[in-house]
Amino acid sequence: MTSLPEPTVPRLRPGVRLTSDPARGELALLPERVVVLNDTAAAVLTHCDGTATLGRIVERLAEEYEGVSTQDVSELLQRLAERRVVDLDG
Amino acid sequence: MADPTVRAPLGMLIELTHRCPLHCPYCSNPLELVRRSEELTREQWSDILTQARELGVVQMHFSGGEPLARPDLPDLVGHARQLGAYVNLVTSGVGLTADRARDLAERGVDHVQLSLQDADPALGDEIAGARVHAAKLKAADAVTAAGLPLTVNVVLHRRNIDRVERIVDLAVGLGADRIELANTQYYGWGLRNRAALMPTRDQLAAAHQAVRRARAKHEGGPELVYVAADYYDDRPKPCMDGWGNTQLTVTPTGDVLPCPAASAITTLPVENVLRRPLSEIWYDSKAFNAYRGTGWMRDPCRTCPERNTDHGGCRCQAFQLTGDAAATDPACGLSPHRSLVDAALAEVTDGPAPAFVLRGPVAP
Repeated sequence: MTSLPEPTVPRLRPGVRLTSDPARGELALLPERVVVLNDTAAAVLTHCDGTATLGRIVERLAEEYEGVSTQDVSELLQRLAERRVVDLDG
Repeated sequence: MADPTVRAPLGMLIELTHRCPLHCPYCSNPLELVRRSEELTREQWSDILTQARELGVVQMHFSGGEPLARPDLPDLVGHARQLGAYVNLVTSGVGLTADRARDLAERGVDHVQLSLQDADPALGDEIAGARVHAAKLKAADAVTAAGLPLTVNVVLHRRNIDRVERIVDLAVGLGADRIELANTQYYGWGLRNRAALMPTRDQLAAAHQAVRRARAKHEGGPELVYVAADYYDDRPKPCMDGWGNTQLTVTPTGDVLPCPAASAITTLPVENVLRRPLSEIWYDSKAFNAYRGTGWMRDPCRTCPERNTDHGGCRCQAFQLTGDAAATDPACGLSPHRSLVDAALAEVTDGPAPAFVLRGPVAP
């Protein structure tokens, strides 16, 4: 998987909402699907506010976690885009 | 006894009413429709939504019949959203004005699924049994103007399947984020019209090519979901995500079903949420445990490598065609009853299709 070009601004797709569920943890709710998010995906998605670029998201994550790499975040976002959770248009 | 491996449900189909301005020949609702006077009240629905969220439901699909026929729809939507659920509105679009769409969006609808019958207005009206096509196009505008994401749902059958590409073009033009083209599934009223609805093998092959071209033409556009015609396949469609595994349905009278078509299984004990808490029905009832997992299966399902993927196919179809809900779905090539499906296909010829029997309105 290749890295995403800068400036990519990832945003939740229309109709996608994030929620916390006591029994299942963090979830992305889609029109016909529920995607259970692992901690990393949930952390990345909370920073996808539709204005922050990929670079900015990586910076913010690095303030909270150690060992954040642009490549890893980029690949995660591409997987979430394939599952129609996020849009990656500039 | 509750099985500790059973997980909480994710989604609930909320059939607020059977009343509907459309009279589609493929309607999957039961032959006997619930009267308005028998429908649950707003307070009863409100309590069911609360129980469902406590049970673990995170997706609430408001449907019917036509959910807009219930004046308390906005209140129930607001309640569902306050509970934290994802709110999906499944509608014919009749009565969905710009004002109502905006109000529903403000109260918390997350997504709208709008049915279309055809790309051709006259043929669409003919299938719906009402002059509604133009109103549906306006409803699509109302949905997108309210900032809501739109799925366009189209049931495919003999009379519209030749226009798949035009239908997709229309839905794209309406601003759909998602387009669902589903071949007819024969339940309820739809089973009665099977001979009139069943496409020919040639039509189906042409439709597959048309879907492929439409995908290429609109690449990067809306998600295009195509649901195959199980009668023509060698393997059955999966039973939901498994019986009593992720979904439940509540009917206009409060009956709780593992699948929207399950009232067809007359041997299944009827559970009603007015008599028993929703969580008890989900975990402990005979109806929900009847076909959970694989323990109920016989051969050829019992030893089939696909038993955890297709779950033996559709229980409702097995019952409707064989009288035994634990039988292998006759759409499966391995079913000893496959000849029942083949016989139905043998009746499909290139000549004129039989006339539809349209659904009448619900009694008051």
